[in-house]
Amino acid sequence: MPFSPKPSGAEISRRQLLSRAAALAVLAGPTAGLLSACAGGGSGGSSASGTKSATNPFGVATDAPLDVVIFDGGFGDAYAKYDVNLYKKAFPSANAAVKSTQKISDQLQPRFANGTPPDVIDDSGDNQIKPGTLVTSNALTDLQPLLDAPSYDDPNVKVRDTLLPGVLDVGTYNGKVYLLNYSYTAYGLWYNKKLFDSKGWTPPKTWNDFKTLAPQIKAAGIAPWVHAGKYPYYMGVPIMDWIGKAGGNQVLIDIDNLKPNAWRVDAVKASLNAVVDMVHNGWVLPGAEGMSHIESQQAFLDGKAAFIPVGTWFENEMRKTIPAGTELTLVAMPDLTDKDAQPYGTLRAEAGEPFIVPVKAKNQAGGLEFLRVMLSKDAAKNFAQATSSLSIVKGSADSVTTSTALTSANKAVQAAGENLLHYRSVTDWYPTLINEWEAATGELMAGRFTADQWIDKVQAAADKVAGDSSIQKYHRDK
Amino acid sequence: MKFRRLPFIAGFLVVPVVLYVIFVVSPFVQTIFYSFTDWGGLTDTQNFIGIDNYVRIFSDDIFVGAILHNAFLLVLMPVVTILLALFLAFMLNVGGRGDSAGIRGVRGSGVYKVVLFFPQVLSVAIIVVLFQSVFRTDGRGLLNALLMAVGLVSPNDPVQWFNSPTLVLWCLLAVMVWSGVGFYMVLFSAAMQSIPREIYEAALLDGATRGATFFRITLPLLWENISVAWVYLGFIALDGFALVTGLTPDTGGGGPDHASELISNVLYRTAFTQGKFGLACAMGVALAVFSLLLAIVQLRVTRRDRIEF
Repeated sequence: MPFSPKPSGAEISRRQLLSRAAALAVLAGPTAGLLSACAGGGSGGSSASGTKSATNPFGVATDAPLDVVIFDGGFGDAYAKYDVNLYKKAFPSANAAVKSTQKISDQLQPRFANGTPPDVIDDSGDNQIKPGTLVTSNALTDLQPLLDAPSYDDPNVKVRDTLLPGVLDVGTYNGKVYLLNYSYTAYGLWYNKKLFDSKGWTPPKTWNDFKTLAPQIKAAGIAPWVHAGKYPYYMGVPIMDWIGKAGGNQVLIDIDNLKPNAWRVDAVKASLNAVVDMVHNGWVLPGAEGMSHIESQQAFLDGKAAFIPVGTWFENEMRKTIPAGTELTLVAMPDLTDKDAQPYGTLRAEAGEPFIVPVKAKNQAGGLEFLRVMLSKDAAKNFAQATSSLSIVKGSADSVTTSTALTSANKAVQAAGENLLHYRSVTDWYPTLINEWEAATGELMAGRFTADQWIDKVQAAADKVAGDSSIQKYHRDK
Repeated sequence: MKFRRLPFIAGFLVVPVVLYVIFVVSPFVQTIFYSFTDWGGLTDTQNFIGIDNYVRIFSDDIFVGAILHNAFLLVLMPVVTILLALFLAFMLNVGGRGDSAGIRGVRGSGVYKVVLFFPQVLSVAIIVVLFQSVFRTDGRGLLNALLMAVGLVSPNDPVQWFNSPTLVLWCLLAVMVWSGVGFYMVLFSAAMQSIPREIYEAALLDGATRGATFFRITLPLLWENISVAWVYLGFIALDGFALVTGLTPDTGGGGPDHASELISNVLYRTAFTQGKFGLACAMGVALAVFSLLLAIVQLRVTRRDRIEF
């Protein structure tokens, strides 16, 4: 009979022991070398430096290689290849290369641990290395010098003055900018304008409008609402947007700052109750509570549902399966009450797609210079064209008119003006809180939680984070 | 002779031992070391914090829940898989009608063998994609569509499968059994074929029924294979990472509301999204200890005298 299990090593003879010791001694040489390489690797960036000048503000060594890693996700990697070619034009003798991957964390965490990270990383996707974690580990370069450097197109204008308002907030940790979020993402409700026009429906401006419209939509055999239940993150659009809109920005700021009982305010309850109403009225596409983002987005595109909450990467992500004639259109969340703290049109819009320069990058100056190139007008316009998305550079999409989604997003952003929302604690600051927020939201959408149960669970998780001294805390005032 | 033999053998062993030490032993040792530190995984510095990480994981509801879920799979998955595999192997080899031609399997057993072994050649990623469609939560899911077609489920209230806290572990169990049973069926088939036919024929002459043949002859003679299968399946039940991550809800899997968290995916999330590698290493060490205990217990429980034939 095969395989007779026997505990190996049960009978180690003295001779075996000696020979094993000898083998270990042989090993000690190379292994010690490896270990010291691990421990001492990368004693710090910018070892090679060239001379600083007006066109080379960071003093990039002209022949230093540049190692760029791009997340090959919703935006693809073509735009980054274009940007690297721009970089090569300025530094023809530098060996600049782009690698793309969808597994940022799996591939780069060992390089961080060894002290040999790339020079620029697009740290995105569901396998991103959590930015908060990187900041806590002091692994990132402060981007102040980049923001104060002269812009690529006009030496008299600083880089920071070429950007849209508020776009640096998301990458700011305790007052310092560590992440350059390159794309400008707006969140809201999407509908197919063609479908709405043919049925004579108009997108609701208030929750009461929604409640009048939803039964009509349902009567037409279409579910009023679909969402990616498998990934509750997407329900942040109605839940958190409504909290900020009804209660005002201060409510979201308190929540982010982990203030005691920050979740126990009227705006949170009103927002959750509206969402629960939607579930109990049967306005959600049956089965949505277990759907992935792709499944729910496809269900929307197939005309099975009228509204879906997603960000502005929607069109690019689904490009291959959007039926001809679909007019994807983005609108802000409707008013929740008649005395919302923020006016209609208030939008959750923020910079996304974080680019970072590790503090131990071999070519740190080159990394900063690459980001400066990305913020040039040429690179920004190319990004808008290639991805149908806005970038954080002012006016990047003004000359692009090929997409209803991009045009409607541009319009929504302009209509919102300064009335913008964002929140950090349940998107990137505190992973354990994010985890519980998702769990509670999943239960809410499956009809197994009431608003009060949701609040209890999330408040408890927030209190736990606040009381855990091993978790680094962040703070924001605006 | 003796003096020359040792270097000769050592010469062959140097390369594998070096590889083994670098790629197996050294990560183990490092993991144990890191489990006593507050290492965040992204720097090359860390502080020694004693057994804090171990105290922390065993007072964490989510991790303790994960241990219980693994225990659920550990108890049921090997048992169900082995029983099913034994039944199938028996039917395919000796379960057919016994007549003058001797002992044989049920009709068409060759085809069944291929069909049942097929899941074994699929990678986990493909199994995940496959079962995402089988267990889809709307009317487009294979199972939901079937149940709706026969009227067992209302189109407005499809079964939630992986998104239901009461069903999710059973669904995972089903996927694990489905993907594992073919291999063990083949293993047991091979073992059954090595059992001399004379024994079966003698039993047949004595008028033994199929059941008696199975319990009195087949099972005792297969005992050693079954114990090995049990250990292997136990390890698979302790892992389950890819299935949970790909099939269950919430970022990184484990949902709904932590109903399907397994040690492996809590470990992954602790390390890679929460950036607490020291804590995750403590979980890894705990998992390794569980695996060792499991192997010891299972081999002891199943140890029996060997039957030579």
